[in-house]
Amino acid sequence: MALLEVNQLDVRFALRKGDVHALRDINFTLERGERLGIVGESGAGKSVAAFSLLNLIAQPGFIAGGEINFEGKTLNTMSERGLRKVRGNRISMIFQDPMMTLNPVLSIGAQMVESLKAHRRISTRRARAIALEKLRQVQIPSPETRLDQYPHELSGGMRQRIIIAVALLLDPDIIIADEPTTALDVTIQAEIMSLLLNLCEEHNVGLILITHDLGVVSQVTQRMLVMYAGRVIEQGPTREIINDPQHPYTQGLINALPQMATPGEKLNQIRGSMPSLSNLPGGCAFHPRCDFIKRADGRTRPACVEQVPGFVSSGNCRVACHMVAEMQEDRRLKEEESS
Amino acid sequence: MNAPAQKIPATDTTDTLLEIRDLEKRFSLTGDFLEQLKFKGGKLVRHQEHVHAINGVSLDIRRGEALCVVGESGCGKSTVARTVMGLLSPSAGEIRYDGTRIDNMSTRQLLSYRRRMQMIFQNPYASLNPRMTIQQTLEEPVRLHHPDWNRQQVVDQVERVMASVGIDPDWGKRFGHEFSGGQRQRIAIARALAVDPEFIVADEPISALDVSIQAQVLNLLTDAQQERGLTYLFITHDLAVVEHFGTRVAVMYLGTVCEVAETATLFANPRHPYTQALLSAIPRLDDDGPDHIRLDGEVPTPVNLPTGCVFHGRCPYANQRCREEVPTLQTLNDGVRVACHAVEEGRLPG
Repeated sequence: MALLEVNQLDVRFALRKGDVHALRDINFTLERGERLGIVGESGAGKSVAAFSLLNLIAQPGFIAGGEINFEGKTLNTMSERGLRKVRGNRISMIFQDPMMTLNPVLSIGAQMVESLKAHRRISTRRARAIALEKLRQVQIPSPETRLDQYPHELSGGMRQRIIIAVALLLDPDIIIADEPTTALDVTIQAEIMSLLLNLCEEHNVGLILITHDLGVVSQVTQRMLVMYAGRVIEQGPTREIINDPQHPYTQGLINALPQMATPGEKLNQIRGSMPSLSNLPGGCAFHPRCDFIKRADGRTRPACVEQVPGFVSSGNCRVACHMVAEMQEDRRLKEEESS
Repeated sequence: MNAPAQKIPATDTTDTLLEIRDLEKRFSLTGDFLEQLKFKGGKLVRHQEHVHAINGVSLDIRRGEALCVVGESGCGKSTVARTVMGLLSPSAGEIRYDGTRIDNMSTRQLLSYRRRMQMIFQNPYASLNPRMTIQQTLEEPVRLHHPDWNRQQVVDQVERVMASVGIDPDWGKRFGHEFSGGQRQRIAIARALAVDPEFIVADEPISALDVSIQAQVLNLLTDAQQERGLTYLFITHDLAVVEHFGTRVAVMYLGTVCEVAETATLFANPRHPYTQALLSAIPRLDDDGPDHIRLDGEVPTPVNLPTGCVFHGRCPYANQRCREEVPTLQTLNDGVRVACHAVEEGRLPG
């Protein structure tokens, strides 16, 4: 059994004009020590996915269906009391903005001791010793002085290191990191990412990394999900998806990167923009932007406009695309004919 | 300014559109004169503190090129852009546009230059007036710079510019908040192009946008450059964009330029230790790229600048000379200009 198992997760936001489907049909597993990336543009639902894992979505959002199983226990039906024992303890989170996560009126040490004492019955002295050790692990210079400093006295990169130390405090099984380096500069980002990667490997901690940056995902994670308009459209081993993306959206996203184009020539853009969740086009949500809805004979594939695509396997990946499904079907028919 | 201008070898000035010479910009942290007075040891003393945002930047922008300025947050790249546009006045130094000094001009004198140079800002949510329709937004600069035009001429000009950046004429009646980030940035670009400028300063124009939209906006800027023969000063922190977009690149660190080179040369053969570290930190899709060059510590505060080379505290090759003497930009034999004692002395490995 996998450490974390998400089945048919369905999240909605109850608005006056009706429910908005923020997430539909999300399925994935995470093994102990595995690193999973969730990639997508803003509004794709990747942060909602992360928050719903710990049942942290605020009103009017709610989990409308599906299961989140962690070590065999279903998190989404668990009591608030039970969830508190998991949050921060077994599964911890790292958020995008380190200044928002740290309490500005408490010293670093006080905040770290507070979360240790919330989960364990230990003395303040012992808690401070653990906090100090974690600060050393995240390579903060002169950790003793940092314990008594306040968040505003530290730089952005230093604060994000503190956040990682806090996330590691109770030796969790899983860390969920929501855009942990987006607010940081490139050189600091590279350091924080390699620190996070090393710590996860060293302590065998599972990592769910949410980001819009394909470069970061490809360097850190082993498997990835690509999300579009509240659905997963492609999932599988990171290397396979990056090297040979099957879904037209994933292809477009990778090809749109400046590093994929010849300098001086035009970038391969995807036309249009992502639809809003309250006004999704029928059929495949990507079809108005897709270059492949036409068959080789020039006629539009009707399924793309009418039917939501199901998943088909392609190598070790799963892809939700009618075009890929049809190509596979054609290939199968040809093979049958020849044999 | 006491630094002699002849230190910088004079380039061919015929194709230079904009010259920045020894530009400095300080921002006071201590308020006005009265707020600076303090009692100390029974005496009244004046205490002043400054953020040194730019310290002696010299750059040439050639006609028709896209000069990219890259650096991390706080390195002064946006201050350079704003000073060039006349939105900030320099503390020292000169800015020459087409041979004429513009940094000390009055607003009235600047007006004709403002038509020739336009700016695109980072945040398209803040740069469009929420109370104006798109039509009004686009007409405003045309009316300002062509007061003698009649209504029809203005409308025709706006129509032309809308068509050239791919804006649906129906958008004209709508307001800024009705559009997505990418669409707003398209409108902001249209506004900049509405007065037919020759020089555009773009301050992080795509960093607030999603990946698939970034490509659309970058392509639009490239098209506009080719159609209109524009010159760009492009400010960004994203090196992948620079590699694609820039003709030449200037790398900035803590208010100084540490390296200026042709884009291909810079990416193939970065000279300055900071440029090398910056390039190695780009997350690439292929996993087997070279390892990151790790920099110790963090960017020092621009309030108390380090002595000597501003990068010496984090540089693995720093020696006594780097700690004492400020390096100046030296031209190497392949045209690359680097401000580094170690490069000059050939101390760098490789």
